[in-house]
Amino acid sequence: MTVSATARAPAAPTLVQRSFGQAGHLWVHAVLCLYAVIALFPIALILINSLKTRNAIFEGPMALPTAETLTFSGFQKVLSGTHFLLYFGNSLVVTVGALVLIVLFGAMAAWALSEYRFPGNRLINFFVAIGIMIPIRLGTVSILQLVVALDLINTRTALILVYTAQGLPLAVMILSEFMRQIPGELKDAARCDGVGEITIFFRVILPLLRPAIATVAVFTMIPAWNDLWFPLILAPGEDTRTVTLGVQQFIGQYATDWNSVLAALSMAVIPVLLLYMAFSRQLIRGLTSGAVK
Amino acid sequence: MKKIRAWQLAILLAPALIIYALFSALPLADTLRLGFYTANDAGVRSFVGLDNYRTILFDPDWSAAFWNAMWNNVKFFCIHMALQNPIGLLLATLFSLKGLRGARTYRTLIFLPTLLSVVIIGFIWQLILSPLWGVGEKLMGLVGLADWFGPWLGQESTALLTLSLISVWQYVGIPMMLIYAALLAVPEEVLEAAHAEGASAMRIFWQIKLPLIYPTLGLVTILTFVANFNAFDLIYSVKGALAGPNYASDLLGTYFYRTFFGYQAQIGSPTMGAAVATLMFLVILGGVGAYFVLVQRRLTRYAL
Repeated sequence: MTVSATARAPAAPTLVQRSFGQAGHLWVHAVLCLYAVIALFPIALILINSLKTRNAIFEGPMALPTAETLTFSGFQKVLSGTHFLLYFGNSLVVTVGALVLIVLFGAMAAWALSEYRFPGNRLINFFVAIGIMIPIRLGTVSILQLVVALDLINTRTALILVYTAQGLPLAVMILSEFMRQIPGELKDAARCDGVGEITIFFRVILPLLRPAIATVAVFTMIPAWNDLWFPLILAPGEDTRTVTLGVQQFIGQYATDWNSVLAALSMAVIPVLLLYMAFSRQLIRGLTSGAVK
Repeated sequence: MKKIRAWQLAILLAPALIIYALFSALPLADTLRLGFYTANDAGVRSFVGLDNYRTILFDPDWSAAFWNAMWNNVKFFCIHMALQNPIGLLLATLFSLKGLRGARTYRTLIFLPTLLSVVIIGFIWQLILSPLWGVGEKLMGLVGLADWFGPWLGQESTALLTLSLISVWQYVGIPMMLIYAALLAVPEEVLEAAHAEGASAMRIFWQIKLPLIYPTLGLVTILTFVANFNAFDLIYSVKGALAGPNYASDLLGTYFYRTFFGYQAQIGSPTMGAAVATLMFLVILGGVGAYFVLVQRRLTRYAL
């Protein structure tokens, strides 16, 4: 990207400056700042008020917590009244589990489909591509029957399998695209050494996929982490609840207890916020590089 | 060189295809089949042809609710098309401008709500719009509009619009990022050449950038369509399965859920649920099909 290089050359005014004069950028900044406030204010309001006493929440909702109004009672109630850490662990197990299966199985299938010509290749490609456009939710009636028949109801395994099935089609497409860009010499060198085709995949190709994994992770983990539908239907039990479902159920029960509601929302937001702060660059790169295709 | 044995291919393909078939493709096909059946009290299923569809589409007890959900879903989609995608386009265009300081920060901040769960976002807005708390009213007071404030989520006339706006607010990041990625791919030389010829920034946007990203705008449209006609989480977490008040915010997703699991006096029915899911499938298939036949074939892809 050459963006930063042009940005630092003071001699060349940017397109906007040349068209609207020096004030051009000010307008752009004003619009973007305004929208950033609109995007962040509701979330900030919840985080701030979750730390305040009930009276302060109602009397001065915009004020920051002070020494008198600071309280952690909502958080204490959430931690003692729910198994929040358990829910959090469940979400983690489900999304990471699904991601591992999607990357491994998706890469194997993408390799077979993009590297070799065989009868049925196009048919399988089409069969998989259907899953990108048609939401898996529409099959819920039969998925529930299947999960009951397999005795997987109220297990995290059921959620992992469903999210794997949901994420695989797009992952196969992204990974196939990526594998086509791997230079043929790498594969041929291995083949000359007499290495088997399956070994080539695991020894040569799989380690090269690391950049593409970020993209796959963005498109598979976020929807799975945030989903309410399948946890509600397949795993509503106390032991297997995900964060999204746990918070939804908790707030349903304590709707009038503002401290608890605000704290529950904050506790659902904060881990995602921290992860986003740590990985936003990779996330956005993954998102945009996957989207160009 | 590329010789692979059939059993090796099978090993590579089997895990993905088995999971995908078992938990996605076959359940979908089975749902389409189940829509033609009915079950008696003992749970024994029998084939009834198109009876379920006749009931949903024409029986007065059922069809009003279905068409209400369908019509609401159309409005939900139109609001997203009218607001979410143009705002996403505007934001992406602004922060992809060359030499804009802090572009990365804006991008990161504005994308944040998209990342959070719809459930969390729904509750956050429910609190902010709650007349009990009064934050919404106070905020509108800052710009002198306090009198306009109302219990928008609770009124039949405004509930759907309010929920649509919440959804627009949250998901504006998706069109924004897709369009941003497309704008990054517009070659610098083309823009410089246009500028050297004396084209203004506005003209460059309308006549060069926009035509070059038409394929992405088409993609954004179809993704919005599929997501909107499949929406459920926001309505369920804010208004419950009944999608009140008086079904004013009912979408196909919530209607499907109620038909499948039942609510209040009505007993849930997997076969009727399957029929509703089939109708949703046909709507989505129709949209996707129309996109591929009408839009994508006509779009010129410029080799950049």
